[in-house]
Amino acid sequence: MAKELTPQEMMRIDLRPPTRDWMDIPTVIKPGIYCYPAKPEKVEIVGMPNGHVWSPVEEDWGLPEDWKETFLEGMRERLNKHRSFKIFMDICVRCGACADKCHFFLGSGDPKNMPVVRAELIRSIYRGEFTKAGKILGRIAGGRKLTEDVLKEIWYYMFQCTECRRCSLFCPYGIDTAEVTIIGRELLNLFGLNINWIQEPVANCYETGNHLGLLPHTFKQNIEFMCMDIEEFVGITIEPPFNKKGAEILFTTPSGDVFAEPGIFTLAGYLILFEHIGLDYTWSTYNSEGGNFGFFTSLDMAQRLNAKIYAEAKRLGVKWILGGECGHMWRVVHQYMNTFNGPPDFLEEPVSPITGTKFENAKSAKMVHITEFTADLIKHNKLKLDPSRNDHLTVTYHDSCNPSRGMGMFEEPRYVIKNVCNNFYDMPENTIREQTFCCGSGAGLNAGENMELRLRGGLPRANAVKYVHERFGVNMLSCVCAIDRAVLPASMEYWVPGVDVCGVSELVANALIMEGENDRSLNLRGEPIPGRGEVTEDV
Amino acid sequence: MITRIILAFGAVVAIVVAAWMGGSVPGLQPLIGVALPYVAFAIFLIGFAMKVIKWAKSPVPFRIPTTAGQEFSLPWIKWSKIDNPSTTGGVILRMFFEICCFRSLFRNMRTDLRSGWLIHHPTKWLWLLALGFHYSFLIIALRHLRLFVQPVPGFVETLDAVDGMFQIGIPPIYLTDLFILLCLTGLLIRRLCLPKMRFMSLVADYFPLFLILGIVISGLLMRFVYRVDITAVKALANGIASFHPVVPEGIGSIFFVHIALVSTLLAYFPFSKLMHMGGVFMSPTRNLANTNRMEYHENPWRKPPKFHSYEEYEDMYREYMKEAGLPLERE
Repeated sequence: MAKELTPQEMMRIDLRPPTRDWMDIPTVIKPGIYCYPAKPEKVEIVGMPNGHVWSPVEEDWGLPEDWKETFLEGMRERLNKHRSFKIFMDICVRCGACADKCHFFLGSGDPKNMPVVRAELIRSIYRGEFTKAGKILGRIAGGRKLTEDVLKEIWYYMFQCTECRRCSLFCPYGIDTAEVTIIGRELLNLFGLNINWIQEPVANCYETGNHLGLLPHTFKQNIEFMCMDIEEFVGITIEPPFNKKGAEILFTTPSGDVFAEPGIFTLAGYLILFEHIGLDYTWSTYNSEGGNFGFFTSLDMAQRLNAKIYAEAKRLGVKWILGGECGHMWRVVHQYMNTFNGPPDFLEEPVSPITGTKFENAKSAKMVHITEFTADLIKHNKLKLDPSRNDHLTVTYHDSCNPSRGMGMFEEPRYVIKNVCNNFYDMPENTIREQTFCCGSGAGLNAGENMELRLRGGLPRANAVKYVHERFGVNMLSCVCAIDRAVLPASMEYWVPGVDVCGVSELVANALIMEGENDRSLNLRGEPIPGRGEVTEDV
Repeated sequence: MITRIILAFGAVVAIVVAAWMGGSVPGLQPLIGVALPYVAFAIFLIGFAMKVIKWAKSPVPFRIPTTAGQEFSLPWIKWSKIDNPSTTGGVILRMFFEICCFRSLFRNMRTDLRSGWLIHHPTKWLWLLALGFHYSFLIIALRHLRLFVQPVPGFVETLDAVDGMFQIGIPPIYLTDLFILLCLTGLLIRRLCLPKMRFMSLVADYFPLFLILGIVISGLLMRFVYRVDITAVKALANGIASFHPVVPEGIGSIFFVHIALVSTLLAYFPFSKLMHMGGVFMSPTRNLANTNRMEYHENPWRKPPKFHSYEEYEDMYREYMKEAGLPLERE
């Protein structure tokens, strides 16, 4: 298991694949790599098929008798529904450009984690079961039949892809492994083969409105607890509005930020920022999740969970929606939401009530990213900032995969950070912006039992952090993603001790000069800021 | 893995041998020299069109461009108009660079693990070889028009003149002939020698390489070694193009090898990975503008979602909500 391997041992990676035909290499499902299967009751809550108790390391997976027909029929249906899938099955030339672009391949050396081969796992089924050449010539035409072993292999590797789309950037035809993985997972879900780390958040989100299953009062209480901390550390009183009808803006963020460190400090950041500018907004307990683990299950499930955002905006009668820091949430919001559940004609085109800026790029979907919103506030000098409060931090910025390659938000966060921090250094250019590396735990793979996979997948990102840590003394890794905040601390602790993780909004709030604040000798985490306290301890 | 290479190579050798032998039998010459190219060309055209139609029949339910630069957002932020296009013009430019300059491949880099560091360094080999191969192939194909079209179009004459400008040897060797040979060899060596490439390569990857190499080599042999009767070849090509096919005498077997290989390529094309030629135009991660939040994109098979409504939610948690002082729709 991962915990027993030292980083040096983990780094012994052989990136040269074996000389055997990949179809002849049996897949061994290893602990530390795979995630536990979905619990039947969590499958049933959302009305998905064949929830059952099973284990990936046992022989019998409890598949229904007609699983093969279901899989192939499902595949046929999706080939007809998605041009992307159909084209991507046909045109890969196996040029190898994507091979060493995947963080899981780089961190594990497992040759089936080369994006091209991961897609070939499914492409070989396509050729073997759907094309004439493949049906007749079999392996000579690169085809194979769908057997139980093949299905298990597909399952294993569909849950070793974080849908980060780094490979698609380098593909000369834009073949996007995320499309293959999304559809591959959809097919597996046709007979209950999800992982529980995805299925349970989906079930929770469906009923309680958030992944963590926080009930309405708990959700409210958690935020109110945060306000008590803010009162203590900042010296101001905040009374956040909940489910408030007629508010101008609905605020939606991943529930992870309501629950655990360091995400809760990002949440504190939102609260302080909104207080600073006197924003007329509301939280919602019904729509208490911006993230969408449905997206890692099936597009249908993604649509169902996502529907709550517009539904709640309509019920509350807000003008537009502001979204918090999150990665895959923004892939869904930016590229899917309007198509899923829009157009939201009952909302207005987003205009910042503070600066009057019209958010042209969100005029149809009516949802604005908090970082776009904050960047605009800073540009118009609407925030009173003291960046020196972040002087003890040397900051770098991790571009989350989805806002990078599924949206293109690169300058806004850097502009914000540079205005609230004095020490900022970017990581090497081949590891940031559109070429950014995944945290290693996205797309629902941030469980505990697959820690070895997470640490391996996190290596390329961590390695680049290590570079700026050693070269510039970077000690804070900022990001705009709740999964990042949940998983990067473990990755940093393992690969680059001495680097902490925070959301960009936390940095903003640390620098915000609030009316009636105390001496601000503590940061939002309640830690003394070096050099600011009246009493400096001798160490 | 070696089996895959042998199979692909063997298939090409078999075609060569069959065509050589067939070409030396006068009775079979019309079959290989005329019927085969007609059939192959028909398969190519119909197969290509059908494949594209088949793709086009599947809708693009979601707008999923891979954004490779700064999005269009606030007016003072400089956005990447081509790598992350938000306008049709931008998409056209993005596609132009993708198709004509292999933009994405140009981005390529190699990652190595060296003493604890992952080093990412740019590498242009694949880009260079691919670009060199494709452009050489294109120019060679266009140059061949001189055999089919009378009078020879001006641009073909120009291409011919430029391509043969170095006047090395008699007849002069074309630059593109050298380039394509070089690039194909490079691509083949890459596939044969790099462990990662060998691991992922299928018969379907080696076969077109050997096939096209065969075409190039047979073409060169015709020109430099066997010196086929160019007038006869021209008469045959002209005949094919004008649908009055003739098979002049004394063309030589090597010509039939060449034409059989070309025919194989044409007929094989629509059923192979070579269809990337059509697919690259239709790839949804490249040919869509990033106007996602700006414009509504319709999914033709969209169904209204079944979700847990607010009313159901309130019914489920009314007591908790009341206690927590949250506003309720119904008390």
